[in-house]
Amino acid sequence: MSTKPPPTGAVGIAPAAGSPSSSTPQPADKKKEAATVPISVADEQTRAGHLPVLGYRTGRTDRYIGLTGAQILLQMLHEHGVTDAFGYPGGAILPTFDQLYENKLNFILVRHEQGAGHMADGYARATGKPGIVIVTSGPGATNTITPLATACMDSIPIIVFSGQVRTYVIGNDAFQEADVTGISRPVTKRNYLVKNVKDLPRVINEAFIIATTGRPGPVLVDLPVDVSTARVEEIIDDTPNLPGYRIYKGGNSRMVKAAAEMINAAQRPVLYVGGGVIISRAWPEVRQLAEKGNIPATTTLLGLGAFDENSPLSLHMLGMHGSAYANYAVQESDCLIALGARFDDRVTGNLKLFAPKAKIIHLDIDPSSISKNVRVDVPVVGDARLCLQDMLAHIEYQPRREWFDRINQWKSRYPFTWKDDSPLPKPQAIIEAINKLTRGRAIFTTGVGQHQMWAAQFIRWSIPRSMITSGGLGTMGYGLPAAIGAQVGRPGELVIDIDGDGSLLMTVMELATMHQYNLPVKVAILNNRFQGMVRQWQKLFYGGRFSHTEMINPDFAALAASFGIRGVRCDKKEDVPRIVEEMVQYPGPCVVDFICETDENVYPMVASGKGLHEMEMGVVGETPPNSGREMGSLA
Amino acid sequence: MKHVITALVMNEPGVLAHVAGMFSARGFNIDSLVVGRTEDPNLSRMTIVVIADERTLDQVRKQLAKIVAVVKVRDFKDLPFVSRDLMLVKLSATPRTRSEVIELADLFRGRIVDVSHNTILVEVSGEEGKLDAFVELVRPYGIRELARTGVIAMARGAESVRSAGGEEPRPATGKAVSAAPRQPTQAELEATPPG
Repeated sequence: MSTKPPPTGAVGIAPAAGSPSSSTPQPADKKKEAATVPISVADEQTRAGHLPVLGYRTGRTDRYIGLTGAQILLQMLHEHGVTDAFGYPGGAILPTFDQLYENKLNFILVRHEQGAGHMADGYARATGKPGIVIVTSGPGATNTITPLATACMDSIPIIVFSGQVRTYVIGNDAFQEADVTGISRPVTKRNYLVKNVKDLPRVINEAFIIATTGRPGPVLVDLPVDVSTARVEEIIDDTPNLPGYRIYKGGNSRMVKAAAEMINAAQRPVLYVGGGVIISRAWPEVRQLAEKGNIPATTTLLGLGAFDENSPLSLHMLGMHGSAYANYAVQESDCLIALGARFDDRVTGNLKLFAPKAKIIHLDIDPSSISKNVRVDVPVVGDARLCLQDMLAHIEYQPRREWFDRINQWKSRYPFTWKDDSPLPKPQAIIEAINKLTRGRAIFTTGVGQHQMWAAQFIRWSIPRSMITSGGLGTMGYGLPAAIGAQVGRPGELVIDIDGDGSLLMTVMELATMHQYNLPVKVAILNNRFQGMVRQWQKLFYGGRFSHTEMINPDFAALAASFGIRGVRCDKKEDVPRIVEEMVQYPGPCVVDFICETDENVYPMVASGKGLHEMEMGVVGETPPNSGREMGSLA
Repeated sequence: MKHVITALVMNEPGVLAHVAGMFSARGFNIDSLVVGRTEDPNLSRMTIVVIADERTLDQVRKQLAKIVAVVKVRDFKDLPFVSRDLMLVKLSATPRTRSEVIELADLFRGRIVDVSHNTILVEVSGEEGKLDAFVELVRPYGIRELARTGVIAMARGAESVRSAGGEEPRPATGKAVSAAPRQPTQAELEATPPG
């Protein structure tokens, strides 16, 4: 029961001419092909409605005269390329919903505003386009705070339009009033309270620019009722006024060259690839960098899919539950090249012990990320794609045989492994079965916890935008709404929510949304009747005192059925492959309750306060790994 | 160590809350924070004294610059600059001790701005240390009330906060702009990074 690492000895593959299309999987002629829906890289350049830009002229204009705030909002959403939005009505946003009544915008009515926020987030991650949320004032708006924080941590462009009470009662504790700009300020990139309809066009233009450029992030626009009903009566200026906003593009060429020289001189370099690579669509350049320079690459949780894990250069994920070989490689590296990653504590472990032998090159579009957690030797501030294009010209091929020999030893010694030693199926078995069937060619979302880490470990990620997960904030309940959003953004593609019983129950009401719009999302619950990750910590660090982590769950299959969705229960090992196949093949929405073993931990694990090399290995490294079942994509 | 940072910010509601919130959320230590108008009605100027080592100072500067409503940030770490603090202090002063207090105020180039039977109100301005020294000297007379503005600062010579790294901030021009896909910015928003 092990995932076999890529073949050893594959040192020194010739630098290949990478192209954007070369990172998309080639159709394989396996029998199982029919089981998977072909999936493409969502690349906004190839899709209608690319990243919204101000494709029309801004300036002093009479084109808003006679329009109400609500009309302006919907007209401008259309002009910014918005085709879908998520939300829930209420008193203070009624003028806008009245306009939606006969609008061609594909509006998804959710069951809780938190769901709307996560759907917009999943939509944004799956498509690269900003996700739009429309909710009412007070509780409607405060319910979006968790999604805003989630998007803020992971740099995801979502724009929330929230209703607000009338301008002249703001501050009077009016019905359903809340200081939403005050509450949301720390979890948005920028927020606005629009007090005059004349400002609305400019604010909407600014919101789209801020959400989608630079280091993307969430924006909230608070819209009082009387502003959405007021009409513009004069010529106004809708030009964005952002004197303090800088968008970093190509990096300083001196730093780019210095970075390239440092990489060329390095004996033991490692690429550390983060979510920024996906945001800037730099995955072809990262692939070229790895191949041209012959450099191994590890990805963060949010970077999964940005580097093809089937490549012999891949070290898979690093960090707290990353692969042993990635963590060892980072600790032994003499040159760590961070690309669109921010040295999160879940990646670095104990900072004092992190990558002690390495010079650090850090490419990031956010200058405040540079030298925030680790001291950086060569900073490059700019867009990953543009900077890497410059850098590639200076990169030279180096054989680095000794380095790859060591890495390949670690890879063969410490593959991701699990033991099939319980009567109930192990959670990893279900993810392996899903991976075997789909070969990673689907859009996956997750909740937060053990199942999330196992999905990261046991799916062989090869496609950008295929892993949609809450990384920075670790928001339980993210998986289901994010999957719905991803499915709305990419209809016709296979979307699988790998969820935990605890996570799913936090937003389970969105099954009603799934049913209402007949979105064929597949929900695979790894049901261990526990908050598994908390249980793992309680077992390892709190003497097995499982304080309030055991869950008495509903019958998820029956629950799904009550929502009008096909529900299946699976509690036998031998049924797992068949039921996984049925789930994937089923044309509509489907929930499968996989009853799995409870007493199982995620390994390797870097306990808090430890260095990356001081991993708890669990069963990892127990030799020889049983080679009876290998993962399809690596066989 | 104390560092003085100055920031030009957009003159709009919520900026002060944003800056103050950022400081507390990230655990930075504010010694004083002063906000006031500038020659440009669209911009306010903040002067912030932070207690930080160099690495924290670097983060403070970058995190400030990251706030969209913050237009320019400048620290005076490697720069000759002038700093001033303004203080009003109400002291107990009987007719007997009044002249002593007036003499001390004169020494500090302070001004007497109000007098009553048993109090005297002194206005002193200058660098923080000078004001601290004055406070210690007059403490024995009895301080009834004391208010200080906090530090404002400005670089000596031709340097200005606007010339700090990058380009001059530009207000909206009102001109029509169009942008092509993958260059979602407006020309006027593009500023080359300093590093």
